[in-house]
Amino acid sequence: MPNRDVAKEGAAGKAAPVEVREAAGSSAAESPATGPIDGMQPGNGWSLLASELSVLFRRRRTWAMLLALAAVPVLMAVAVRASSSVPPGRGPAFLDRITQNGLFVGVTALLVCVPLFLPLTVGVVAGDTIAGEAGLGTLRYLLVAPAGRVRLLLVKYAGAAVFCIVGPLVVALAGAGIGSALFPVGPVTLLSGDVIAPGEALVRLVLVAAYLTVSLLGLSAVGMFLSTLTDVPVGAMAATIVASVVSQVLGELPQLEWLHPWLFTHYWFGFADLLRQPVAWDSFGSNALLQAGYIAVFGALAYGRFVTKDILS
Amino acid sequence: MTAAGRGAELAIETHGLSKRFGHQLAVDGVNLSVPSGSVFGFLGPNGSGKTTTIRMMLGLAGATAGSVSVLGLEMPDRFHEVLPRVGALVEGPAFYPFLSGEANLRRLDAADPHASSSTRRARVGTALERVGLTHAAGKKVRAYSLGMKQRLGIANALLSPRELLVLDEPTNGLDPQGTREVRSLVRSLAADGATVFVSSHLLAEVEQICTHAAVMSAGRLVAQGTLAELRDAGKARIRLVTPDAGLAEGVFARLGMTPAGGLNNGTLVYSASGGETNGPVRDDVAPEAVVAAMVAAGVRVRGFAVEQGSLEDRFVALTGEGFDIAQ
Ligand SMILES: Nc1ncnc2c1ncn2[C@@H]1O[C@H](COP(=O)(O)OP(=O)(O)OP(=O)(O)O)[C@@H](O)[C@H]1O
Ligand SMILES: [Mg+2]
Repeated sequence: MPNRDVAKEGAAGKAAPVEVREAAGSSAAESPATGPIDGMQPGNGWSLLASELSVLFRRRRTWAMLLALAAVPVLMAVAVRASSSVPPGRGPAFLDRITQNGLFVGVTALLVCVPLFLPLTVGVVAGDTIAGEAGLGTLRYLLVAPAGRVRLLLVKYAGAAVFCIVGPLVVALAGAGIGSALFPVGPVTLLSGDVIAPGEALVRLVLVAAYLTVSLLGLSAVGMFLSTLTDVPVGAMAATIVASVVSQVLGELPQLEWLHPWLFTHYWFGFADLLRQPVAWDSFGSNALLQAGYIAVFGALAYGRFVTKDILS
Repeated sequence: MTAAGRGAELAIETHGLSKRFGHQLAVDGVNLSVPSGSVFGFLGPNGSGKTTTIRMMLGLAGATAGSVSVLGLEMPDRFHEVLPRVGALVEGPAFYPFLSGEANLRRLDAADPHASSSTRRARVGTALERVGLTHAAGKKVRAYSLGMKQRLGIANALLSPRELLVLDEPTNGLDPQGTREVRSLVRSLAADGATVFVSSHLLAEVEQICTHAAVMSAGRLVAQGTLAELRDAGKARIRLVTPDAGLAEGVFARLGMTPAGGLNNGTLVYSASGGETNGPVRDDVAPEAVVAAMVAAGVRVRGFAVEQGSLEDRFVALTGEGFDIAQ
């Protein structure tokens, strides 16, 4: 360094220079002392995704939501068990079958969770993606790291998608668990009248959960786009949940028949086809196509918004 | 000087950099030149546009007009090459309150695709040690004090070897030990060849650690240069304590020095013990020659000092006395 620094040290004599603790024992590559970074081995590109998932699933909020989801089948099974009998045809579909076969708890609970509980939790996660980071102020540090805006967006969406996998799976498995604990488990009669073994019934249950995962991916894309619009995560979460409710309400209005196939909630209840023998994949395919469309459109909108956004939070 | 090795004479260079928020020009045609290897103080009153300028340098906000290049590369286009070489603290620290200090640093380090995951643990540990947070590493950031968060923010800037550090008010909220530690940290970073760009309100701090400085006022850059240039060495003053003020003034006049008088503004101050006279120093008249002339003229010299203009005087002269925010 030029001499001026030495002069400076002298001028600043009254601040006795404090020795900076050196990274004793660590190798040069590990020391954050400045130097060329070329010598460093390149990092793992997947680190950010791993970190994102660990942050998401280390949050108490995520656990609270998953526990709440798991509580749905548990409460349902306990209530049915406590009451002497369920009159057939009342309550959610399949509810009357629970007492005959515990595996139905899972399907019934998924059915109950579709309109509100699942979209609610997914709305919280998807709405939080960008706005949550902006609200905490960590967004600017992620981008300066540099995470890269496109990479961050992809990782955030992947995180939300993983939650879409975990949410329905938790409901299904908690249902199957509590069901087999409280009720007899045996061969399951499908909607088509065929009978399958309990093992295969469990596969069908997971298939239904997967159907709901796909169903929620479009909503996640909508939520992530909304999340790029604001620095207030609660706003984005609420807007995402409202979007899912509005879409379902519009789907109920016969006057808007032409619109129905375009609503992301259109196939949400279409998983009954997976409970036939042989499995009818039509609604699964149509649903996947529709959700892919939503992912493409809202993913592009989120991209367009986020890459040009001024990060002022 | 690693940066110079890469052919960048200037670590940061802006041309006509401007940022408009609605009707307000928060940054207005700023031309900054931050030499490689310097410790550069970025001064200015509240709301003068320092943080906004830093955001544009780091590619967080787009410029309304003008350009920025950092480490010789255009920002924000080349961010993926520039930012891994830059450590930053922007507008205070920000962390996940529900994670520990260490987990927070690991998270932010994981965001850098160039940061090796195999050395992550060691680098995080060293960064924490450098800011004296080793013992609080496992504590949730929610439970950190303001100064602890600030230290963690600085640790984040030091996670990898950096060629440039951009520190926005790094000593905000720090205790005296922390402030001293940051000062020596900045010096050691500079000694290792890094350029350090520090924004601050604390002029005393800037005077102690910086080699260069720039002053912002209401979005404009009103001065920049080496610290000596800014202090205005040409306006150094002689402070003379004497009971013979009249005689002394005559000598000053003969030497071609006008009494700058008083503390700053051209009046003489007489103390009970006698007079004090200030005169500006002329480059061609050595201080000892002044004393000799005084003594020869029979002036009783009881005190004599050559004073540099203070940065604070200069700062106030550039940015105005007023306390109110400009816009
Ligand atoms: N998000 C924003 N929207 C509108 N105006 C803004 C925004 N952020 C900053 N400004 C305005 O830009 C100007 C400069 O702000 P900036 O934060 O850059 O100041 P600063 O020099 O960093 O101040 P301080 O010393 O208080 O940190 C201010 O007048 C402020 O009101
Ligand atoms: Mg600021």
